[in-house]
Amino acid sequence: MITTSNLSKKYNDITVLHIDHLDIPKGQSFGLVGNNGAGKTTFFSLLLDLIRPTTGHIKNNDILVQDSEAWKPFTSSFIDESFLIGYLTPEEYFYFIGELRGQNKADVDMLLSQFEDLFNGEILNQKKYLRDLSKGNQKKAGIVSALIGNPEVIILDEPFANLDPTTQIRLKKTIKDLAETKGVTVLISSHDLMHVTDVCERIVVLEKGEIIKDLATSEATLKELEAHFAG
Amino acid sequence: MIKHFLTLEWKQYFRSSYWQKSLGLNIILVFFALYFVAMFLLGGLALYPILKEIYPDNDPFIIVNSFTFYWIIVDLLMRFFFQKLPVMSVKPLLTLPIKRSSVVNFVLGKSVLSFLNFLPLFAVIPFGLVLIYEGYNVSITIVWMVVMLLITLIINFLNFIIESLTAESELSFLPLIVVTSVLFALNYFDIVSFSSMVSKAVLSIAENPLLISIPILVLIGLYVYNFKLLKAKLFLDSSLKSKTQEVKVADMAWTRRFGKMAPFMQLDLKLIWRNKRPRSSVFIVVIGLLYGLFFYPNPMYQDKPWFFAFVGIFVTGIFLINFGQFVPAWDSGYYKMLMSQNITYEDYLKSKFTLMSLSVIILFVLSIPYVYFGWDILLAHFAAAIYNIGVNTHVILFGGSFNRKKIDLNQRAAFNYQGTGAVQWIIGLPLMLLPMGIFAVFYFAINFEAGIGALTILGLLGMVFHQKLMKFITEKYLDSKYKMINAFSQDN
Repeated sequence: MITTSNLSKKYNDITVLHIDHLDIPKGQSFGLVGNNGAGKTTFFSLLLDLIRPTTGHIKNNDILVQDSEAWKPFTSSFIDESFLIGYLTPEEYFYFIGELRGQNKADVDMLLSQFEDLFNGEILNQKKYLRDLSKGNQKKAGIVSALIGNPEVIILDEPFANLDPTTQIRLKKTIKDLAETKGVTVLISSHDLMHVTDVCERIVVLEKGEIIKDLATSEATLKELEAHFAG
Repeated sequence: MIKHFLTLEWKQYFRSSYWQKSLGLNIILVFFALYFVAMFLLGGLALYPILKEIYPDNDPFIIVNSFTFYWIIVDLLMRFFFQKLPVMSVKPLLTLPIKRSSVVNFVLGKSVLSFLNFLPLFAVIPFGLVLIYEGYNVSITIVWMVVMLLITLIINFLNFIIESLTAESELSFLPLIVVTSVLFALNYFDIVSFSSMVSKAVLSIAENPLLISIPILVLIGLYVYNFKLLKAKLFLDSSLKSKTQEVKVADMAWTRRFGKMAPFMQLDLKLIWRNKRPRSSVFIVVIGLLYGLFFYPNPMYQDKPWFFAFVGIFVTGIFLINFGQFVPAWDSGYYKMLMSQNITYEDYLKSKFTLMSLSVIILFVLSIPYVYFGWDILLAHFAAAIYNIGVNTHVILFGGSFNRKKIDLNQRAAFNYQGTGAVQWIIGLPLMLLPMGIFAVFYFAINFEAGIGALTILGLLGMVFHQKLMKFITEKYLDSKYKMINAFSQDN
């Protein structure tokens, strides 16, 4: 689904990301871990064509992301709060995204109804603008908005940060479900090793912009990762 | 402590992406500043001989003083729109061991160094020197110059008080305009002669230096009041307290007929209505509509039809200019999202275009009553409206692709006086001056109808080539996509 070749990003001659080759097959739940500055967000930004690669390219379903926009209809993402439109209510935001992705109100409502327990009654019908919601609730709204329109690729940067434990557990279930039963390719990054090993079938460790580990998740993975990051 | 603040300021200014990327604009600003300095210098030097020439019987010194009142009023108005209290991001400082009072003192002190405070001195000092040269009493003249400086500073601090008291309200500029107009009217119709009162006050201070303590006390009083106002705002909770607004939902079904642009139109309308900053641009429309009343009843402009085109562009295009100059910065807060979403840039831009065009049509219809002042005015407005839709919309959208300055719609921090600065006004000028120039050329070369025809044809050409122009503009936006994303994700 996603092919990366010879990709690098430099800022003033300092390489922040360098990936020779990385293939992510369709339907894989893919986890990216690494310390601050390892290049996780840079990779996602390149994948979304928000920054331009210095060398190489990423192909999303055989579409070169920096040349064509044809990857947009089947790719959705939530990177940070700047993806939200603060002066809309959550519902309006969901409908807006839905409209961009060719979903009518009924489609969106149907999707939202699955997340009623995730929202915990704090998001829908609150007569509040997104900017007035708490950080955690903003995040929930953003993540759910990335699920609108049956995307084939979902990119979530640090989805577990700022969320309460109950939501973390529900979110993990949702993500697993998407990859296993619907064949959606899910890419997430996280600092929480436990969550990533729970959710992802494959985990890649980035360090200073390079891939240094590429693991298929097993019983031993969490231990291995912990040992690695403990130095 | 001051040293730390100064280095912070310095770094904030020179490290902002805005400074580094818009050198050209900075050069223009410097050029304007130098121009004003030169004009004031010249004015200060030439004032005495000119007044002597026009009023040989009167003392130029007295005449100048009788204008002090007007200067105060005009200066106050100018500052209200152009000068904002120097902003300092205080949030990171609040938890550090820094006295609140020193932060406030620094911000206020910094405002004294504003260019607007130095400008009058460029006229006052040469005028004073000319007075001394002409044999006026040296001590009186020097005291007079000091009084002028004090008045400048009083205006400076008075402006901040007015701004901070009115900043909360929607039509913040109305009270000041009303008050100054009333003062002006009272003076003009000789009901209360403020100009002679101010003049007498200045003269008596100049002759009796002890009285100078009065303006000094006024200045200190204003400073202390400013200090109190700002210090009271210098708490986190004033920015943290959640002012949750009750949501007003409208489904805006009528936008449906715009097809693919509909979601963007709805978004734009909500943007305008739900955020303080763009909403105020709607209220400015009212002022813009009345702008014609400023010129048309005045017999001075009756025989200058080339001026009608300018007023027409302004009256029908005020929303276009006000809203358009910040495209796409209005959406800067969530620009990354838009860029990774399944949108077509062209629909996004077309929605802005449609919105601006609709505003021009509505404003033209509303400006029809100006026909009272003559049919040619209506005709000029019509031509201007066509020109606005055909040319200015495209020009301003094109200009938007060079936009690199983020607008924070959500901001409600203390010291929040961010508004339109001088820069935006300068950008707006070509939009109005160019059509006026075109009109004037045809008017003087041929006649009034030719000028109208020229503007109309240009506007119609723009409409005919709308699709092509939009394609070109869209490409421009795509070209600068990465630069815009980068600039919009920075805080300065």
